[in-house]
Order: sequence, then structure tokens, then C-alpha cells
Amino acid sequence: MSPPLLGVEEGGGNTTLATSPSIDGVPRDCSGLKERNYLGLSDCSSVDSSAVSSLSDENKSNLNLKATELRLGLPGSQSPEREPKLCLLGSGKLDEKPLFPLLPSNDGICSSLQKNIASGNKRGFADTIDGFSELKSSKYTDGNWMFHVTGPASENVQSGGQGKFPANAGMKAMLPSRNSGAQSAVPKEALQKPAPECPRALNGTGVNQTRASNNAPAAKAQVVGWPPIRSYRKNTLATTSKDNDEVDGKPGPGALYVKVSMDGAPYLRKVDLRNYSTYQELSSSLEKMFSGFTIGQCGSNGTPGREMLNESKLRDFLHGSEYVLTYEDKDGDWMLVGDVPWEMFIDSCKRLKIMKGADAIGLAPRAVEKSKARN
Amino acid sequence: MNYFPDEVMEHVFDFVTSNRDRNAISLVCKLWYRIERLSRQRVFIGNCYAISPERLIARFPGVKSITLKGKPHFADFNLVPHDWGGHVYPWIEVLARSRVNLEELRLKRMVVTDEGLELISRSFVNFKSLVLVTCEGFTTDGLAAIAANCRSLKELDLQENEVEDHRGQWLNCFPESCTSLVSLNFACLKGDINLATLERLVARSPNLKSLRLSRAVPLETLQKILVRAPQLVDLGVGSFVHDPDSETYSKLLTTIEKCKSMRSLCGFLEVAAYCLPAIYPICSSLTSLNLSYAPGIPGSELTKLIRHCRKLQCLWILDCIGDKGLGVVASSCKELQELRVFPSDPYGVGNASVTEEGLVAISRGCPKLTSLLYFCQQMTNAALKIVAQNCRNFIQFRLCILDPTKPDSSTNEPLDEGFGAIVQSCKGIRRLSLSGLLTDQVFYYIGMYAEQLEMLSIAFAADSDKGMLYVLNGCKKIRKLEIMECPFGNIALLSDVGKYETMRSLWMSSCEVTLGGCKTLAKKMPRLNVEIFSENNEMENCIDDEQKVQKLYLYRTLVGPRKDAPDYVWTL
Repeated sequence: MSPPLLGVEEGGGNTTLATSPSIDGVPRDCSGLKERNYLGLSDCSSVDSSAVSSLSDENKSNLNLKATELRLGLPGSQSPEREPKLCLLGSGKLDEKPLFPLLPSNDGICSSLQKNIASGNKRGFADTIDGFSELKSSKYTDGNWMFHVTGPASENVQSGGQGKFPANAGMKAMLPSRNSGAQSAVPKEALQKPAPECPRALNGTGVNQTRASNNAPAAKAQVVGWPPIRSYRKNTLATTSKDNDEVDGKPGPGALYVKVSMDGAPYLRKVDLRNYSTYQELSSSLEKMFSGFTIGQCGSNGTPGREMLNESKLRDFLHGSEYVLTYEDKDGDWMLVGDVPWEMFIDSCKRLKIMKGADAIGLAPRAVEKSKARN
Repeated sequence: MNYFPDEVMEHVFDFVTSNRDRNAISLVCKLWYRIERLSRQRVFIGNCYAISPERLIARFPGVKSITLKGKPHFADFNLVPHDWGGHVYPWIEVLARSRVNLEELRLKRMVVTDEGLELISRSFVNFKSLVLVTCEGFTTDGLAAIAANCRSLKELDLQENEVEDHRGQWLNCFPESCTSLVSLNFACLKGDINLATLERLVARSPNLKSLRLSRAVPLETLQKILVRAPQLVDLGVGSFVHDPDSETYSKLLTTIEKCKSMRSLCGFLEVAAYCLPAIYPICSSLTSLNLSYAPGIPGSELTKLIRHCRKLQCLWILDCIGDKGLGVVASSCKELQELRVFPSDPYGVGNASVTEEGLVAISRGCPKLTSLLYFCQQMTNAALKIVAQNCRNFIQFRLCILDPTKPDSSTNEPLDEGFGAIVQSCKGIRRLSLSGLLTDQVFYYIGMYAEQLEMLSIAFAADSDKGMLYVLNGCKKIRKLEIMECPFGNIALLSDVGKYETMRSLWMSSCEVTLGGCKTLAKKMPRLNVEIFSENNEMENCIDDEQKVQKLYLYRTLVGPRKDAPDYVWTL
């Protein structure tokens, strides 16, 4: 099932705003978060998340971050026990139900959702409330009613989940509170983004930003109850867009990365189909990408006198008898690229393959008839 | 009037259908009260805990249609903990026992169980219509009972419910003799559907006017269904993906052209943009279009589609249509009365979003607009003033800026003046939701001008108690007030405690009211249920009156504190 956050795609499968690695990765530097790809826009997320998971393991012993993790789990699942002493506000129950339910409520997700936010952020903002309240306009100098999180000793036990704080910064903030105060500068700085960039922008920007402009909207809006959208709608859109993507091989509305393989190449590449609007652009780009291999192939095939392969020669290879560009569609069939309109192509293309002449003989010349017959 | 026999009075009253008017009639004199109550068939109960089913039946023995609402509105946004309440089973039990001739049950935000559904299906022989909106707690087994036992079922309408899908064949449970269906909506179901059964059901339902399918229904089945039911007026499409070169698709094109009665389209829960042209032929007669659940349709496709829909009165869309797209809406849909623009990416910045420009364009092009729900990135006072000038007929105006305290994006001022202009200009406004940076001033305007206001939703606004005081003092007709994250405290809460008996309910969460304030209120007003709750049950253990209350929900009631409140709810 998809992460229920709207727009959050399967980047690495486990990177949502709520997952632990993002928290764990923070105190080192922001590079852990930098590479967090909540929307699955790049294929680096899968690499990163594994890197970060190891990071998290390392950190765990130091920081006991487990307790601060907001984990994504199936509804009804209980996360492992936390040490009671980690409950700063004396809220004995850290009922670790998922932050965002995968399937909508039937089992107390709502309350636990708030609990999670509450418990998670209550810890976090113990140190940071002052820093954050600076962000807001002067009338919000008293952060109390904004956050209801005023530290472990406070009697103020209101919802910690309803302050206006950036969720990602909030998670970052949790860590420093675990550590000594020395690190409290980190979350303050993080929180000083009044409206932190959206998860997408975390790629390469990290959370330690200077004050972003007020126009950056609320990725911080992990506040419970905001924006006021029915959870049914949120869950449905998340599921339907994810499934649409599963069907089409798209990771998200922003990018359309598909694997490109070439026979004989030692590794595959990925291209973002949204970068192109015509077949010509795609093929030139692929030519450039795979020129290295083609050179090798040509050499080994004994093609005479070809040391400098220019584009036209490559094109000959790709469109001539040597190589054929094919793609795998939603049904799993291998199709010749170029038959259908571009829009339809990128809707149905799951992966690309540059087939070598020998394999492609059957496809290239007779492909047109075949595809017609199929239809 | 005393000289008319009762039957004549009753006959006259039969022409009065609105609940409010009938309530007014019953206040005239005892005679009218008696005649009215014996002839009342439809009852609306906005808060299921305000009255008991026994009292309902005692007053309206002839009731046939009941509408019940359970949880507070903010439960939609996960602000109400699970198990808070809103159980409908006790109602069904009493109604069944008292042999009420129930024909129609409409529930919103209530907990419905399979046992309840089964009891309905067995107890009320003339049961015709079940409408469940944003409910939870039941499974497809309960639906199977309804399908199997309700012989004259006309309407089964499931809107946005959380239904556990047991993948049983609930559709099969409609007997072959069931031919009375007029409306069937199972779009919110997630499991597989027996397609052949569905086709047969549609085939034997000549009166079917409204059909909303779930994602599990593919385009091929849709085509077959439309062949059987070209008389459909309202269609919810499930899956709309197909190879446009296929025979199925071309069949669909011809079939759709025959659906001349189609006025309302929604769903498209799974859709490929290149299939959308199939519906162009019916667009010109559409009055209602809901694409807000259709993922991934680019704005350009949306605008192409909407250009064909010149008679549209109601449009629900995602913000990926963009400001330009809204401009197209404004120029194409001159009859537009209701517009809802939902965010496709509520937590991110995204390219898909709308701003004040889109709203201004709409206001210029669609002067008949009465209902608006608009999620946007930013707003300005100037834009709101233009909107107020152009559209004076707003009944519902709900603006949600995704960043909840964002000021006017061009002047950085609060948005008080903009909203003030709206309430001043739209004299009939009944429902208002505010967002953005707001001070007490906007509430001054609301109290001053929004005379017909019945429901107000506020979050992250105001500077002091004055804000709430302006509203309580000024809005004579306010019925539902829901507030989150505002600095309103005991002074505001206790200033006019009698006011709350004129309202249906008040919700305050993460405000400044304290336990002591709530206790005082509860003591003064015994006919209010003052419920406070928090996530962590701290409320029960604490004795400190100075402690701030996390969530306060109070409502007027004739039946005292409810008995089904969970442990974490403390009724003062």
C-alpha cells in the first residue's frame, strides 16, 4: 500500500515524512535528509534510504532514536515498546500506531495519529519553542498556545501535534533534545524556516536552511487537522495516484523515470521521460547516453574505422538494423518505440530496451504489422 | 384557522416540506403542533446526542425518513479520537422495537455496524433508501444483508465511507426479483466486484438513474453497463483506462453518445488522460462534474474537457487545473454555482496549485456562484475584494490557504479586509471558513455583517478573546462554531453561556480555555453536554483547573450526558 501522504510516492518504499531514517540521519548533517526523496522523484532514494538506515542503526545506540521514530506501519500494528523514560511529558502511553494509516481508520488510527505527532513533537519542541516562536509574527510571541509543548516539566499537556511547525524540522528537532543542549542550535535553525520547502525540495537542500521565503508553503503542515481535507480524500488520492503509477511505471507527477537497458551494456540507465516531448529528443538523448557502449560494441564487431562515433552514426545504429529501441508496456509486451503518440507512449511505457540487431530483426521491419495485428 | 378540520390543516401542511418551516409551524399553537407532529414524515437530527430515539418516536410516530449526524465536523480531519461515539445501533434498535415504518435512513459521520445494517434489513419491510456519508464500522457483509432483505430497496448510496471489504459477493445478494433500484453508489469500496453480477443487476433495474462505480469496475464493464442503462442521469466512473485503438473503446464512444440523459459525472478513480475525449459528446449537457478524485490528469486535459461543458453548475476539481485552467472555467461555465478546488498535493509546494488569480478569474466569469471551497497557495485582500464585488450571492465561502497563517502575499498584511469585504457584500452567507493571517478585526466584520451566518470554521486566527466575542455577540443565527488553534480563553467562552443553547454545537481545540472555565460553563448550563477530551487521558487525572483543555466539544441536548462516551471523554 502506498504511503498515505498525498503526493508521496514510492521513493525507496520507505521514505515518508514519518519514517525513522530521516530522523536518524539528521544530527550528522543534513545530507541524510538532503537525499530523502519523499516523492520518489529520483532513483537515488532507494540508495539513500539504505544508507540512512545503516546510519540509523549506528545512531540508535547513541541517541536511542528509536523512541523518537515516527514509524509507518500497517494499521493495528504496534511498534516495539519504548522506554517509558522517553516520554518527556509524562504521557505514559506511546501507543505507536502509524502516523498515517495505510488503510483508513477502523482501529483507532485517528487518536494514535495525534498521539504520534504529539509524542514525537512534544519531545522535540522542548528546546525549540523559543526558536520557533520567533518565526511567527509578533503576535505569536507566546508560543504556548501554538504548540502546547513546553518541555517535560510543563503541565501544559495540550496537543503537541497542533503547533505550527515543520514536520521534518520537527523530527530533526527531536534528536537534539535527545542529545545535549549543544545540538539545540540545529533544530532552532531548522525551525527558522518559517515555511520549509516541500519534501521534494529536500533533495539537495537539506533541512538546515536559512530562512526560506514566506512563499514556501507548508510542508510543515503536518499539523493535525490541517489542511482540512477529509482523510478519505487524502487516502484515496494517495492510493489512486500510487496505483496509477504502479500501473504506468511512473513514480509521480513530477518525473517519469524508466530504466533503459542496452544489450551488452554492463549496467542500465534511467531516463526521465518527462524531459522529452518527442521521440526525436528521446532517441538523441539515448544515443548520447549509450554512445560509450556503442563504441565498444562497434569495435568488437569489427566495424571498420570507427573510433569517433558521432551522433549520426549512432542514429544509424539505433534506427538501422543494428539496434532497435523498444519498450515494455503495461501489459508486459515489448513494443517498438514510435508507433503511438508521445503522450500515450509515456503513459504506457514501463521500461526501455535498446535491442541489438540480432534480437531485433524480428521486431524492426515487421513491427508495424505486428502492432497493428495486436490492436 | 380553528374552524378548519384537522384533515384540512394536515393537507395544507403536506405542502410544507422543509424541516425548518415545519418546525416553525409546530410552534404556532398546540393544535398546529399536534397536527404537524402526527403528519411529519421526515425528521432531521443534526446531532444524534441531542435527542433520544424514544423521544423522537414519541413526538413523530409517523416518521418515515430520518437523517442523523454523529461526530463533530472536525472529526473529518482526524481531530476527534477514535471511538468517540456516534453509534447508530441504539437508534435502529429502538426504531425497530417501536415498529416505526422506516423507509429512509441517512447518516453522516456515524459508526454503523454490520449488526445494525442487518437489523435494518430485517425490521423495516418498506425500507427504501440507505445513505451513508463518511461513516465507518461496517463491512460488505452488512451491505449483503441490505441487498438480500430489503425487497423494495431504491437507493443504496455510500459516500466516502470506510468500509471493510470482505470480498464477499454482496452484489450477488440482490435477489433476481429486485428491480427497484434507482440509485446505487459503491464507489468507496475497495475490493473486487463481480462484474457479471453487476451487469445483470443493472439490466434488471429499469429505473436506475444514478450509478457510481468503484475502481474495480473496468472500462469494458462500463461500456456494457451503459448499453443497458442509457437512461442514467448520474454516473460515477470507476476505471477509465483503455487502449484507444481497441474495439472496446470505439464501442464506448458509440455507447456514450446514446446517453442523452447524463447530467452528472464523477469518479474516474483510475484514468488515462487520452481516454477522456470519449466523454466529450455528453459534456455539453452536463450540469455536474467531479474530477476531484481523478489522479494525474494534467491541467491541459482538464481544460480541454471543461471547454465542452458549457452548462456546468457544479464543478469539483483538483488544483492541477491551475489558474489558467480556472480562467477557462470562467469563460466556459457561465452557469457555475458551486466550485470546489482541492489540492492535489496538500503538503508540498508542487507546480499544481492555484492562487488568488484563479479565484478572481472565476468571480469575473461566474457571477452565479453561491458555493465555494478553494484550496490555494496564497491569497490577497485585493483579490478577495474583487471577488466580493463580483459575486454577491455566496451562501458558502470556504477558503483554505495551505499555509494556515499566510498573510496577503502582496502586502504581507492580514487578510481581515478581504474576508471583511466578502461578508459585507454577501448578505446571505451562511457558511464561512477562514484561513491565512487573521486578527481580531476579521471577527469584528463577521459579527457586524454576517447576519445569516450559521456555521463558522476558524483555525490559527485572532489575537485575543475579542475575536470570539465579536462572533458570539454579532452572529445571531450561528449554529455551529468550530475553532482550532486560536487564543480564545475563558473570558470568551463564558461571556454568554446562554448563547450555546441557541446553537447546535461548539468545538474548541488547542485554544486557551481551561478546565476551570469548562467546569463553570457546565455548571451554569445543565442542558449542555460539555465534553472535554485529550489524547492521553490526562484530563481525568488532573485536578488543576488552570490546565488548558485540549479539546472541548459542547452541544445542547435534551437527554443529558450520553452513556456511550469512551473513557477519555469527560463530560463535565
